[in-house]
Amino acid sequence: MNTIIFTVVTLSLLGLLLAVVLYFVAQKFKVEEDPRIDEVESCLPGANCGGCGYAGCRAFAESCVKAGNLDNNFCPVGGNAVMSRIAGKLGLEVKEKAPMVAVVRCSGNCDNRPKTSFYDGYSSCRIKASLYTGDTGCSFGCLSEGDCVSACSFGAIRMNPNTGLPEVDDDLCTACGACVKACPRSIIELRNKGPKNRRVYVACSSKDKGAVARKACSAACIGCRKCEKACPFGAITVENNLAYIDFNKCRLCRKCVDECPTGAIHAVNFPPKVSRPDTEAAATEGVKES
Amino acid sequence: MSRTFSKGGIHPNDSKISENAAIEQFPLPETGYVSMAQHLGAPAEPVVSPGDTVKVGQLLGKPSGFISAAVHSPFSGTVKSVEPYADLAGNKVMTVVIEVNGDEWLDTIDRTDTIVREIPYSSSEIVARIAECGIVGLGGATFPTNVKLSPPPGKKAEYLIINGAECEPFLTSDYRLMLEMPEQLLVGTRIMMKALGLEKAYIGIEDNKPAAISKLGEFRDQYRDIEIVPLKKKYPQGGEKQLIKAVTGREVPSMALPIDVGAVVQNVGTAVAVYEAVQKNKPLFEGIVTITGRCLPQQHNFRLRAGTMISSILEAVGGIPDECMKIISGGPMMGKAVSNLSAATLKGTSSLLLMTEKETKRTEESNCIRCGKCVSACPMGLEPYLLNKLGRRGMTDELEQEHVYDCIECGCCSYTCPANIPLLDVIRNSKAAVMKIMRSRPKK
Repeated sequence: MNTIIFTVVTLSLLGLLLAVVLYFVAQKFKVEEDPRIDEVESCLPGANCGGCGYAGCRAFAESCVKAGNLDNNFCPVGGNAVMSRIAGKLGLEVKEKAPMVAVVRCSGNCDNRPKTSFYDGYSSCRIKASLYTGDTGCSFGCLSEGDCVSACSFGAIRMNPNTGLPEVDDDLCTACGACVKACPRSIIELRNKGPKNRRVYVACSSKDKGAVARKACSAACIGCRKCEKACPFGAITVENNLAYIDFNKCRLCRKCVDECPTGAIHAVNFPPKVSRPDTEAAATEGVKES
Repeated sequence: MSRTFSKGGIHPNDSKISENAAIEQFPLPETGYVSMAQHLGAPAEPVVSPGDTVKVGQLLGKPSGFISAAVHSPFSGTVKSVEPYADLAGNKVMTVVIEVNGDEWLDTIDRTDTIVREIPYSSSEIVARIAECGIVGLGGATFPTNVKLSPPPGKKAEYLIINGAECEPFLTSDYRLMLEMPEQLLVGTRIMMKALGLEKAYIGIEDNKPAAISKLGEFRDQYRDIEIVPLKKKYPQGGEKQLIKAVTGREVPSMALPIDVGAVVQNVGTAVAVYEAVQKNKPLFEGIVTITGRCLPQQHNFRLRAGTMISSILEAVGGIPDECMKIISGGPMMGKAVSNLSAATLKGTSSLLLMTEKETKRTEESNCIRCGKCVSACPMGLEPYLLNKLGRRGMTDELEQEHVYDCIECGCCSYTCPANIPLLDVIRNSKAAVMKIMRSRPKK
């Protein structure tokens, strides 16, 4: 019985003594930290996705407090709501940013882009890309192994088994950019989400010459410049046989969509057009694919 | 007692089914596709333009940079175009397309069979000649030979080792070369000895090729300075570092080059090419290519001009058999699958291997059971199971600590894994990523 009492008393005294020591040590070596960092961090989503360019939410919060302005910092996951809350806490100004979304710039599904070989290696785009140009004739398009899917922390991308292409869920995508970095072919781009999620973009990344690109994929951009001429706002530029629509200039008139001979320009989330039956097919196809 | 390297290694079935097929001359194709990137390093710069007439052996591309090699025309005819073409992995490479017309060689090339044994050239003349003729290592890496024969200042070669191991299953091109051109090989070896200022050289041959060992042994009296070293059959004996260990007992340290332990390794094919370049003035534009596979009715060893389209070779051997599932350029362990049959062969192409579905099919991957088979198979003393785990998580710092850059990509780990984990696929990729990070660091 005595042993138990002694043990309890000794350990309690030891605990008390060490607690006192620890208290003084903690006081002595206290790290001064801006309390606002904690406050800012509490506003952040806590996903630690790295979409802002920092290692995690804490690092982002530190940078916001340190910088003294919010011009170069933006949390893509939290968006404008979180940024204005941070701005409120820090007493700073913040500019509203248009919401972005990841867009897959490839329409090489199984029908458009026939397979030329069969890949049986480890299922990873990065490894596949290091071995060869892929199992289709196109050396720029989607490799269909789903590195973007595994990179997404928000479950916003899934592989469509029918097309072999990734599909982005507009509502779940936070535009953190993880998929953009994961894609070895750089076919995913962050673009303006657009009013009512309506967007027009070139769904192709092929820089091959027209004939070569067309041979590999019937939905490829052939760099014919028809869209460039059709665009009344000068939003389209063709470089290296590939058209690009500047989303800041695009006014969603969809003239380019009608002009494109291969249907490489997709217009998504628009209501179907009534007057022209042939272009309506192209437009609805675009909706289906993206 | 045959020697071998000490660490790791595996014993795949050597399947040398084409070993008895004598070397045949492959007919000239109608069109030749001569790639400007037939070697390790910077691609050659084309010096011809469409419409030019070229002869066999004429310079088509000049080296651009220190590690680069000249490319010579394997065909005579007219240059049709100079444009990018897809290589066997589909990557676009600058290619000179030649419409073949006859077979007219440059007058400077000695086409007779007489063996020239005298070597009246100095070391620097030999190296210059080798560079002029665009000789590259034919053991697989196609590293420019002249660079390898000029050791950096302060380093001295002590051993010249000629690699006749041919440890890859199926390949027999080096074997046929040793049987049919033994003296050319020995003179080529002497030329390289002279270039390096050495008195002695070694030819390492695995003991599954007794005919080659005895054939070269016949010349023992004339070539006392070249020792034939029989090696115990084990893959990857033909790996540079493994061969050095087997022949000299020296181990090349991590991150070091063979020259750091005083060794220079050259393939037997390279030795013959060096002979032809120095003694016969013949640039490197053709080589021995094994066309083999269990699904092929007949096995072949062709003397083939670089720049022949793969599909035309396959047509010449009777087309692709129905049961053929995969075509590999090189051996089954380290070769690359051909995804583009309209690609052309290169200087360094050693084999086309046709495999059936049964032979190549990957079995479904299961979990690592930590059996350690890959660790005991790895000839570089790495831990492939660990590298695989780190690689999948992208932990580059840890991969570097585990010496992923020492991997020679021999594939022993994947071969031996009972869980069918594609270890090499993951490790090769991690290695590339780590090397990229290491190269980007400022040099001390």
